[in-house]
Amino acid sequence: MKSAVIVFPGSNCDRDLAVALEQVTGRKPAMVWHREAELPDGLDFIGIPGGFSYGDYLRSGAMAARSPVMGAVRNAASRGVPVIGICNGFQVLTEAGLLPGALMRNAGLRFVCRGVRLRVENSQSLFTSGYDSGEEIVFPVAHHDGNYQADDATLDRLEGEGRVALRYLEECNGSARDIAGILNDAGNVLGLMPHPERVIEPAHGGTDGRRLFEGLLETVAA
Amino acid sequence: MKARVFITLKSGVLDPQGKAIHHALEGLGFSGVNDVRAGKLIELDLADSTSDSEIEDMCRKLLANTVIENFRIERLENA
Repeated sequence: MKSAVIVFPGSNCDRDLAVALEQVTGRKPAMVWHREAELPDGLDFIGIPGGFSYGDYLRSGAMAARSPVMGAVRNAASRGVPVIGICNGFQVLTEAGLLPGALMRNAGLRFVCRGVRLRVENSQSLFTSGYDSGEEIVFPVAHHDGNYQADDATLDRLEGEGRVALRYLEECNGSARDIAGILNDAGNVLGLMPHPERVIEPAHGGTDGRRLFEGLLETVAA
Repeated sequence: MKARVFITLKSGVLDPQGKAIHHALEGLGFSGVNDVRAGKLIELDLADSTSDSEIEDMCRKLLANTVIENFRIERLENA
């Protein structure tokens, strides 16, 4: 599987994501700087990492969403290339309009940094085939702006179309309907606040995240 | 020419920062504060030839996230 990780000024989970991808796929991802207007040819997967791109200036993810590389990401996504945005990556995808809704300041105002229990709501997606539907997993979260909000019509559509991939099983940040991760309408773009790349080996305190990358690898290879 | 862009959260969108400010004001003993909403003010120094629709375009493309925010533009002529 040929993958790429996009790097913005202020990204800080790009190397964690690269390590996770290399461990699972056996191949180092290309690290692509935000100023590149083109991505490497023949990509099977694009990851937009966590961090604080552009210092969260204006709004989290707002600047990164308008950087040159995002035009190429948008084109790849429209061709069906799987794209995952984790934490700040999720914020970037909503700001870029690749996913609906917005991520606002946590309802409790505090930065939340801990493991949270999640339920896999849809195990049929490219990204979640390594899980059972309804399965409970634990991923760490580390964010200040993870409070997912969208209008009721959008939320109803996401639920009705099975596009809520992950839901919090405990109070975390005030997200509408406890949404932790959503898919785009074509199902090839996933945004989520929790960090699967931080739980891929036992030394991390858990391995629940590993199956996300393994499931993706299997789906892409099939 | 200068312009000011006022960015406010749409009504109905939860504003945790506004809530915190509200609580802090009450903590300082200010009574009668019914609600607080926090927004942003962005000042632009623009070429005189900049049209209203260009400024609007700036707001839609970057300055405001129209999923959750409204914007209002105030042109300051001769400034």
